[in-house]
Amino acid sequence: MKVEIITEKVSVGFLLKLKGDVDMNTSSDVRKSFAEVFKEGSQGMKMLLIDLSQVRYMDSSGIATLVECMQNCMKTGARLRLCDLSPSVKDVFELARLASVFEIFPTAIDALAGF
Amino acid sequence: MTETVTLTVPSHPKYLYVIRSAVYPLVTDAGFPKKVVRKIVLAVDEACSNIVKYAYGGDTTKTIDVRVTIDDRSFIVEIADSGKKPDVSKIAPRKLDEIRLGGLGTHFMASVFDSVSYDTSRDAGTILTMVKAKP
Repeated sequence: MKVEIITEKVSVGFLLKLKGDVDMNTSSDVRKSFAEVFKEGSQGMKMLLIDLSQVRYMDSSGIATLVECMQNCMKTGARLRLCDLSPSVKDVFELARLASVFEIFPTAIDALAGF
Repeated sequence: MTETVTLTVPSHPKYLYVIRSAVYPLVTDAGFPKKVVRKIVLAVDEACSNIVKYAYGGDTTKTIDVRVTIDDRSFIVEIADSGKKPDVSKIAPRKLDEIRLGGLGTHFMASVFDSVSYDTSRDAGTILTMVKAKP
């Protein structure tokens, strides 16, 4: 099962939309996409927003990839925000007790508002 | 009545999706609510991921056997491998008071299932058994 990653430039940085399953097989693809964003746009990037509405499934490898991304954002001074978590993603965040660690918003508009 | 479904897949991560797809309807039919179904599937997936990573060290030429047994009271998942045996004394769900990578899978398994046990008595490999009482 593949994961699709769509990258879009927004005024404050980048919006990444993930679609599909983020598991041990596909999390490396997500990691590569994050690396490309940092390589291409880390200078001046104020925010990296990740839309998770179409993530059908995520496991601990997906969580680990998001945590790494957050750590890289902190190094570059950018904010990482997540939006529109699917039920599966909410479940794994709840089990991992990471909901309070990330900035999570109901929609991309909410995440970008006032930034 | 007891029903058993068995599935054997290669130890390549791309087959984790096959395991999830097979387990999901079985858990649903056992009567668990949707949120619990998702968590059970996650725990099974994490167990199989650990086999790929740790028991087989990433070797994709091996196999993972998944057996699901549903009886009147319980939903039981047995996952067998023929790889490196874990040191069971060191398997413990980790504390979540710090953010660090790795180690979440065991925590998920312990959180979702009523019991998790490892049988390393065979000549090769391990049988992991996870049991959850039906609703």
